[in-house]
Order: sequence, then C-alpha cells, then structure tokens
Amino acid sequence: MELTVNGQLHSIDVASDTPLLWVIRDTLGLTGTKFGCGIAQCGACTVHLNGNPVRSCMTPVAAAMGGEIITIEGLAQDGQLHPVQQAWLDLQVPQCGYCQSGQILSAVALLEQNPSPTDEQINTAMAGNICRCGMYSRIKAAIKQVAGVQQFDPAAEVANG
Amino acid sequence: MGKWTRRGFITAGVVGGTALVVGVALRPGNRNADLAPLVEGEGETLVNTWVKIGADNKVTVIVPHSEMGQGAQTVLAQMLADELDADWRDVEFEEAPAEDDFANYALVYGFAFGQFDVPKALVGTASGAMLQVAKAMKMQITGGSLSVRATGQFGMRVAGAAAREMLLEAASEEWGVPVSQLRTNGGQIFKSDGSIAAPYSQFAAAAGAKTPPYTPRLKTPKEFKLMGKNLPRRDLPAKVDGRAVFGIDVKVPGMKIAAIKASPVFGGRVLKVESSSADSMPGVQQVIALEDAVAVVADSYWQARQALGAVEVQWSEPEHSNLNQNAIFDQFESTIATALAETSVDPEVDAGDAPAAIAANGDVLDVTYRAPYLAHACMEPMNATVALNGEECEVWVGTQNPLGAKHAVAEALEIEPEKVKVNNHPMGGGFGRRSMHDATVQAAKLAKAAGVPIKLIWSREEDMQHDFYRPAFSSRFQVALDGSKQPSAWRNLYVNKGEPHEAPHIPYAIPNVWIGSVKEPMPIPEGPWRSVDSSQHAFFTESVIDEAAHIAGQDPLAYRKALLVDQPRYLAILDKLEATSGWSRPLPEGWARGIAIHESFGTIVGEVVEVAVEDRRVEVKRVYCVADPGFAMSPDGYVAQMESGIIYGLSAAISGQIEIQNGAAVQSNFHDYPVVRMSSSPEIRVAIINSGAPVGGAGEPGTPPIAPALTNAIFAATGQRIRELPIAKAGFTV
Repeated sequence: MELTVNGQLHSIDVASDTPLLWVIRDTLGLTGTKFGCGIAQCGACTVHLNGNPVRSCMTPVAAAMGGEIITIEGLAQDGQLHPVQQAWLDLQVPQCGYCQSGQILSAVALLEQNPSPTDEQINTAMAGNICRCGMYSRIKAAIKQVAGVQQFDPAAEVANG
Repeated sequence: MGKWTRRGFITAGVVGGTALVVGVALRPGNRNADLAPLVEGEGETLVNTWVKIGADNKVTVIVPHSEMGQGAQTVLAQMLADELDADWRDVEFEEAPAEDDFANYALVYGFAFGQFDVPKALVGTASGAMLQVAKAMKMQITGGSLSVRATGQFGMRVAGAAAREMLLEAASEEWGVPVSQLRTNGGQIFKSDGSIAAPYSQFAAAAGAKTPPYTPRLKTPKEFKLMGKNLPRRDLPAKVDGRAVFGIDVKVPGMKIAAIKASPVFGGRVLKVESSSADSMPGVQQVIALEDAVAVVADSYWQARQALGAVEVQWSEPEHSNLNQNAIFDQFESTIATALAETSVDPEVDAGDAPAAIAANGDVLDVTYRAPYLAHACMEPMNATVALNGEECEVWVGTQNPLGAKHAVAEALEIEPEKVKVNNHPMGGGFGRRSMHDATVQAAKLAKAAGVPIKLIWSREEDMQHDFYRPAFSSRFQVALDGSKQPSAWRNLYVNKGEPHEAPHIPYAIPNVWIGSVKEPMPIPEGPWRSVDSSQHAFFTESVIDEAAHIAGQDPLAYRKALLVDQPRYLAILDKLEATSGWSRPLPEGWARGIAIHESFGTIVGEVVEVAVEDRRVEVKRVYCVADPGFAMSPDGYVAQMESGIIYGLSAAISGQIEIQNGAAVQSNFHDYPVVRMSSSPEIRVAIINSGAPVGGAGEPGTPPIAPALTNAIFAATGQRIRELPIAKAGFTV
C-alpha cells in the first residue's frame, strides 16, 4: 500500500483496517500525532486528510490511500512555523502540550475554510478536541489572532499589596 | 564532579578547571550534629539544586522537578537566574537525574509544616529531620504545588544568590576593589563607576575555591529583574511542532509494544488465560499473564490491542465483587451517623463547645454532602518503556516522581536501585496520577518476562478503569444559627481524612467549631487528584456557608465578609472579586451568580461564577477569579494555572464521576466521562494579588472554589441546592 504523508510517498505493509493513527506513529515514526481515546472522542489524533480534519484513530488506513495527509510535522514550511503555530507560541497556549497537535490541525483546517470565523463557528470546529489542561480561552484567542479578529484582552491584572 | 568544599547546605566547586558549580546540598561531615547522620558515607550528597557557570559564561541550572505542563522548569530557572543576576539568554536548564541525591526534601518539609519562608528552612534542625524523612521516602515529586514555593524559594534562589556572592568576592580580590563598590547585571561584574567590567566566567575558577556564604542575602521584591516577569516557556516550541517526546513517543532499539488488561474488579487475580486465537494473530509475539493483568506483546500497538481483545481471562472474584456506589455512600453515612450518636470521635478542631451549642439550639441546619470518585483522565494514557540488560534496567516514562519510579522498578525486579536508570519525559497531564508507578512496574515485569525491551501503552479504557481515583466522600454538617441567623456553632463529621490536613478547616469566625472524621476505607484504589482533599472539602464548606447566608436572607458575599473581619487576605480577595465581577450589577433574566473562596497550598483563591439556566440546562458564562499567592513569579503562567485549575474542576463539577458497580468502575472513556470542551468553556478573568505573604502554590489552588461557586450560582438561579456532585446527578446538563 502507498500513503502520502506531508508530501512524501510511503510504501507500507499493514493490515488495511489498521487505524491511520498507528500507521503514522508506529510504521512511519511520526509521533507528533497522539493517541488519546481510540474512539474519536478527544481529537488528540487529528490529522488532515485532503484538507479536512479527521480523527486518525478511527480512520482505517485504507480510507486514506490516495489522499493527502498532513500531520503536525508537515505544517511548518521552509523552517517557518505556520501562523497558527506561531500564534500558539505568542499566546503561550500549551500547558502539557499533548493535545496541541490535534488542536492546531483542527484550527488550521477551520481557518483555511473560514478565514474569519465567529465564536460559534470556532466552538463548532473545535468541539472535537479536548484539552484537559483547559486552555480553551487561549486556543480561541490564538485562532482569533490569526483571523485578525479584535478581541478581549485576557491579560491578567496584577495588584501589588 | 570536582571538589566540593563546603560541608553545609551550600556547596561549591570547580569542574573542568574553569566552571563554577554551586549546589544547595548537604554533605558528609556537616558540623550540625542533627544533620551529620543524614549523610554518613563520603560518597553521599543530598543535592536539591545546582547551577554551573561555564567558561563561555553560560549558566546551566539543574531543576529537580518534572514538567507536566505547568511551566515549572522555566520559572525555577528564572528564579535562580534572577538571584544570580544572569543574562536570561545565557541560561539553560536540565532536569535532575533520578538519583537519591536529588530527593526533594522541601516537599516533605512543606507537608509537615504547611508554610514556607526563607531562610528559616536552611538552618535549624527541623529541616534536617525532614531531610531524613525525604530520603527515607525516596521522594522527588512534582506535586503539592510545591515547585516554586519550596524548591524555588529554598533551592533555586539560594543557589543563585550564593554563586553571585562568591563571584563578587573573587572579583573583589582580583581587582583589589571592595565588594561594596561592585555591581552585577546580566552575567557581568562592574565597578560602580563603570571603569571595569568582566563576565562572570572570568572569576568562575577563583570563586569555586571560596567558602560559600552560609545564608546568602536574597533580593527583596523591589530588586527583582526576572521574578514577576512573563518569560516565554522554554518547553513550548517543541509542543507546537510535534517534536516533544512524551513517554508514549519513546523508541528503543528492538522494542516490542504491549497492550494490557487488568482485572475489571479491583484486586482480582488472573486464574486462567485462554490465548490460542490471540497467539496466532499477526505480529503477536507473546501473551503474558501477570498476577492481576494480562498483556499481549506484539510488533505494533494495534496488533497487540487487537489480539488482547481475543484473549479470554478468568479472574478471581474478590469479596467486594458485588460492591456498588450507593452502598458505599450508605456505608459512609451510617458510619457518620453512628459516630455522631456515640460522640466517640476525637476531633481535629475543637474550639468552644459546638456539640453542646448545637444540642441547645432549636435552629440547626443539618445537611449531608457527597462527592464522587473521580478519574484524572490525563490526555496521555499511562505508558512506560523498559529495557533490561542483565542486571541493568533502563526506564523511559513521564513521571511526577522519577526517584519513586526508580525504586518501584528496582523492588519489582528485585535488583539494586543503582541498577535502574530513569529517563523522565514531558507528561501529557499529571494531576497527581503520574505520581503512581503501576504502569511502569507492569512494563518492567513484562520486559523481564518477554526478554526484549517493552513499551507498554494503556488504552483509554484501562486508564479510566484502573486509576487511583480521587476518593468518594460523605460529609455531614450541623450548623446552629443564632437569632440573627449568624452561625453560632459549626460541626462537621466526614469520612476518611487525607491531605492536606487543613482542607476541611474554615476561615470563618464562628464561636464554636468542631471538625472530625471517621475512617471507612473502601477497596477502591485512591490517590492524589488536583488539589487533593481541598477538591471536595471546599465544595462542602463553601456550599454550607452559602446555605447559611441564604437562610439569613443575606447577600452571600457580604455574609462571608462579616465572618472574615480578622482575615485581611480573604477580605482583600472578596473586595477585589466584588469589583471585578461587578457583583452588585444586575444580570440578564435567567442568569445568576455564585461565589466561593478557599485556601490551599498557601494560596487563597476566590471565584465568582455567572450562569444562565434554562429548564435544566446550565450555561457557565463567566468565571471571575482572584488569587493571592503572595507573589506570582511568572504572572501569565500563574494566570494559565488558574484557568487550567478552573476548567479541570468545572469538568468534575458538571459531569465527573466514576461509579462503582459490582466492584468495578463503570465509566470507561470520554463518552461516559465527559469533560468541558471549548463550547462549554466559560470566559475566565483572573486577577492576582501580590500580597507579600509567603509564596503559595499555583497548580492546584484554582480548582477547589469552582464547584461550590457553580452550585451556589445554580442555587441562586433555581432555588435548588445541589449537595452531591456532579450536577448531572441532579439532572442538570450543559
């Protein structure tokens, strides 16, 4: 079987019902895509298949054959972070970071399809991605920063007593 | 390691002829008779922190805490660099190796004494006694919100300040200029008039020959250059491009992957394994039965997992195989009722005479509260990789307690701890779960049985059904109200006391207070969960005080303030919350507010929740949070910890529960253990008060107030008092 990941063609020898997640992680060694739940509930395994965010833990590798797969490792171009990745750094979004590959890929897909999403559209697009560190407000703020949306400044107020 | 000249807490030496090394440590031959026995052998050193200044003026900081997402390593290095007056761009840090030498004595000290301050702990025998305890318990833990307030305050700042003083002394000698005429900044030493300047590295070797100061002078907050500033976390670039190597990402030559299934009923044992169909499945190497679990070792995880599903296991049936959740609460509550009737409990707090005041009072609020078992549900399921080479063992894992992992593996394999090397990795969530070593020990046993390196990966189901749960609790309150409906007596009896000791205590000025607990252990694995016992006691106590306020017909914020007149830190938080939340401003139709305040891990946090309730659907609109951690070393990081603690606690309050049925956990994955997602995530506004109190924790104190603030808001909106979490049990959804 042949699989195109981040623009590279790979020949692989696995059972056709193997979830794409485990082909990406175990066979191709791209470990930026994470295992979280195995039942498409948490979004840690999100990758792009032909530009759409899919949960690779429930996507049989056969379904990805012939398509273009992008993982977190394939987002940066010529050593330049994708604007979404840069916004994640600017706003210091990650805590543990485990869910962030999936969050970033969901956000990139959203912004490619809808460059200026509303709050409601962001909520819908990101509904499949859980962050147990609870960084939702920063994730949303980073998406809005890339979209160029004016937003509430979440910066803290510090009082010295 | 080069020469270590000092036998006290602060040690120093020169490595490679040019680099100054300063450690905060204990060495053999210490002149303090109480401390000397702690390090008897010449080879023993108990190092908490060390820093190296190299010939290239680069500063390397060794941090004895793991990274589970809280940014602790960056902020600890930041604290040391500030006292050293280093250039932040020249500062690098590494995580301490899992060696007994790095035992985190400050953690034990913190648990024992509750408070931290500098430099008290650097001298005196109390610290010495705690060192002994820490060493005995083999602790090197990231938890208890202690990284900054213990290691940072005791270790990092002291090491940085000591190194700076020694460098200044060396420069003073070389230049023939008194120290009083020298200044430091950005890794350089200057003569005050600006006539001479040189980098630290020039004096590193000479400084290494000096006797370190016993108690170096630490900066006052006005002198801080880096502490209190927002510095970008150094671990984040690798977390946005897939480079970060979590435990689950480890690759070791020759390794095979294992999937595992433990007895569904806690404590069940493997009686019989039928694996003939699994044995012949693709990629399967071996089916291994441990005492209480069965694993499949295969070439890839998916193969292992598929084959595991084809293994049939017969488990033993422990006595509690028919234990159910309702029976657990019933048992808790009947034990409480019996103890109250028999007045047999020795209370932990007994001020005035609450039992008599309650017996004599006609107007008593008598209510029972419940909190469920909770899973940690870290994003990264439990996993560990172990390779054995003869007697040598190497472990790759993300753990909150690398030293504990080392000893747990050594014990399981019956080898010397020195033969076990632990490589710690960033954790995909910890929250207390990763202070346990169950998966690591399983991986070690499997590697031994399989004869090849093993990476063990738990499924989400295994992770959720074999957690060390936040325990379930019942707590009974009897509050006597006087003629003006003010509380005149507070009596609280709950099951199963844990840590921190003060979690059930209340700050309110009530003349008669009696607090006690009874033991009613259950055969369910339990462990620390973000904020530990404050996670339930804050829900209980802050709900009960809210009930009293409503009975009095008073505003719940004003009611609390009237009972806190002698607590200026609490009052300042409530005043600030009143302002930031616009407490007295009318809300839209169907909206309501709730408030709660709680102190844990040295930090006081107050939170106001705004909800909109329609039918039984709750929308959590906004959370206003005011925290007083004494001083926030990294304000934006501190805010992130509050945001995180709030969402974590909100998930639990809304829908978090592990129910026990037939001796096993019912919930298994995020479909039946739902957590807050972006669409149900409120807007959060955090304000920090740097009150100057001893520095408190960050990771945990944001969690306790959120559940009672939420249920108090739901009460304000609906008139329904929720006395059992999660709110889903009362039919509320989000």
